[in-house]
Amino acid sequence: MATVQYDVEIDARGLQCPMPIVNARKAFQNLQPGQTMRVLATDPGSVNDFKGWANLVAEAELVAQETVEMDGKTVYVHYVRKK
Amino acid sequence: MQNGQTAVMERATPELAALQEQLQQLQTQVESLRRQLPDNRLSMVVFSGDLDRVLAAFVIASGAAASGMEVSMFFTFWGLTALRRKRDSRGKTLLQKLMGWMTPVGTQGLGVSKMNFGGIGAKMLRAMMRQQGVPQIEETVQMARDLGVRIVACQMSMDVMGIHKDELIDGIEVGGVATFLGDATRSKTTLFI
Repeated sequence: MATVQYDVEIDARGLQCPMPIVNARKAFQNLQPGQTMRVLATDPGSVNDFKGWANLVAEAELVAQETVEMDGKTVYVHYVRKK
Repeated sequence: MQNGQTAVMERATPELAALQEQLQQLQTQVESLRRQLPDNRLSMVVFSGDLDRVLAAFVIASGAAASGMEVSMFFTFWGLTALRRKRDSRGKTLLQKLMGWMTPVGTQGLGVSKMNFGGIGAKMLRAMMRQQGVPQIEETVQMARDLGVRIVACQMSMDVMGIHKDELIDGIEVGGVATFLGDATRSKTTLFI
């Protein structure tokens, strides 16, 4: 399933706006340059939110986004790399 | 050999000086341009003391802070009630005491802007948010503060309403319109809620 290699995973499933990006920020701060994190979210708004977030955060690069089925739920997966 | 080097130096020196001067000018220009650019900042006036509006303000504030923006929130008039932590009538005029009793203390006491029905609407909204896994306003406020959002209470509103600083939550600042404008004029986004 994983199309992109990642170093850290954040599980934001079941959380609503703005929690996925708030949790992502905390994890992103601890990333080393070049490392990638994977964020799992069930909030459909997170697809656009991570695009906007990556635009705002200069060091963040949205590598990929995908939608998968996990435990019978639709999960939006975001891969963010620290430049 | 020695003479040749000196000759080269003599020819190069005026050109170097001209280059240095140009560089100096460019640096000054870049610096003045940079001062005109807005910061990566969001400024908000929180005028409303409605649960739904204050919640929206804090969701935007924490989202912006999580996106690396500097955030300033200025609480004025009804918005101040969201920052209260206790009701203390000492040293207040009769009207200020009345105002103090008639207005909510903190986010727990806020009503919704529509269909409040004496607080039932606010309880309904909170229950519905819980069902959907949306953090309660108290958690969102805490999150915004953890993310370093600047919270300023309007001194003039506090004076009019007779609210003392020790009646408000800790760790906030007090300021006037110039404090707001100081942040707002160098913000990319400004909101009035």
